[in-house]
Amino acid sequence: MKLINDDLTVIPRDSMLHKVLFYLSIPMVLVALYLAFIYTPIEAKMGVVQKIFYFHVASAWVAFFAFFVVAVFSIMYLIKRKRIYDVIAGVSAEIGVVYTAIVLTTGPIWGRSAWNAWWSWEPRLTTTLILFFMYIAYIMIRHMDVAWEKRARFASVFGIISFINVPIVFMSIRWWNSTLHPVVLGEGGANESGGGLEPSMLFALIFTVFMMTVLYFVLLQKGMYIERLKIQADRLKEKFQEKLAS
Amino acid sequence: MNNLFKAAFIIAGKDLYSEWKTKQVVTTMLIFSGLVIVTFSFAFDPSNNAVRAIIPGLIWVITIFSAILGLNRSFLSETKNDNLYGMIVSPTDPSSIYLGKVIANFVFVLIVQLISIPVLFLLFDFRFLGNLPMFLVVILLGTFGFISVGTFLAGLTANSKSSEMLLPILLFPIVSPLIIAAVQATRILLVDFEQLASAISWMQLMGAYNLVFFVLCLILFEYVLEV
Repeated sequence: MKLINDDLTVIPRDSMLHKVLFYLSIPMVLVALYLAFIYTPIEAKMGVVQKIFYFHVASAWVAFFAFFVVAVFSIMYLIKRKRIYDVIAGVSAEIGVVYTAIVLTTGPIWGRSAWNAWWSWEPRLTTTLILFFMYIAYIMIRHMDVAWEKRARFASVFGIISFINVPIVFMSIRWWNSTLHPVVLGEGGANESGGGLEPSMLFALIFTVFMMTVLYFVLLQKGMYIERLKIQADRLKEKFQEKLAS
Repeated sequence: MNNLFKAAFIIAGKDLYSEWKTKQVVTTMLIFSGLVIVTFSFAFDPSNNAVRAIIPGLIWVITIFSAILGLNRSFLSETKNDNLYGMIVSPTDPSSIYLGKVIANFVFVLIVQLISIPVLFLLFDFRFLGNLPMFLVVILLGTFGFISVGTFLAGLTANSKSSEMLLPILLFPIVSPLIIAAVQATRILLVDFEQLASAISWMQLMGAYNLVFFVLCLILFEYVLEV
């Protein structure tokens, strides 16, 4: 069985792709900040607080995307058994949890002024919170005290199982007819959807989503790099111990 | 296919027989659920009419927390004498090990519910006026979904040293859609009967959830057991 990917035995270097993404992300973050805070007009009803919405939506999207990546690489790991797939799934889950945490903190800040309550047990909020707990559990599996092959297998299995809940979360506002959470982007139907958004706001939103996605890939690359260094350090330690023993 | 069920029934039979001999798990679960009921009857005055509203939640609290006790045991008891390893090398499909364990755990929890739910109704002086067959279907659907995911994750956590701590943390988020649906359907069937249509849609959600997760667990269990 080919459990060890040979690619991982060499000390990794920062790839070209990572450098390009990294230097691309710096101006993009600045432009996104400019677009969100200066370029777009202040929303009439909600005022300045509405600005948080660009980052809130973008983080939510990236979180879902990160969890999707976890599921895809979990399945790929179970089929191919390459360690790199497990590393990608693990790093992606960690980033997803961070972004979900951003969603869950910016949401209440916005909600305090819009709904006059920090939190409401509305389907989408509830399901997002559940999603957050699910992937924290996933990370806990990754810290189980067993051999990495076993841990990777359990994590993959759990990653697939928990991804089933992501569509439930996504569909929740449609199934349970929520009134509190506006359906902003197009697919929501006729009532309060896409058309209500100012063109400049829509542009800022799309740009922020794009920026966050680039940021996700930068973090993913960085996380993979760190994981590979960790694996390499473990290998060297093992080798050293063998040397001492002999 | 026939083999799958045969092996599953043998494993379930073995678990049930050893339980019949020792009466360890079900007794613990029953005592635990009794204690929960007593604690709740002190916390919420049973003579108060508003307490009727918490009965549906109580049913599921009892089920979940007593089921966790049994689930923790179901694979840990097999790690003694390397029984689990024996099961893996035996010429059976891993799915039938899973199926057998699900059947055994399901029976344990049903026994506990059969005793604790009437006791709950008695102690809280609750008159059952609703639709009994539908109530039973909700109980069966909810318990089955919970047990099928729970058994799967119990198999997964059995390898960890801190499995008793890990299992609830993994299990509760995954089953929360099911539990929400179960509590809502039970509430409608017990307290407000007018919204029967929405109870049915909650039951459909439970049915779909059970189907998806049961099939997925059956397929993926192979990877959990691999040495």
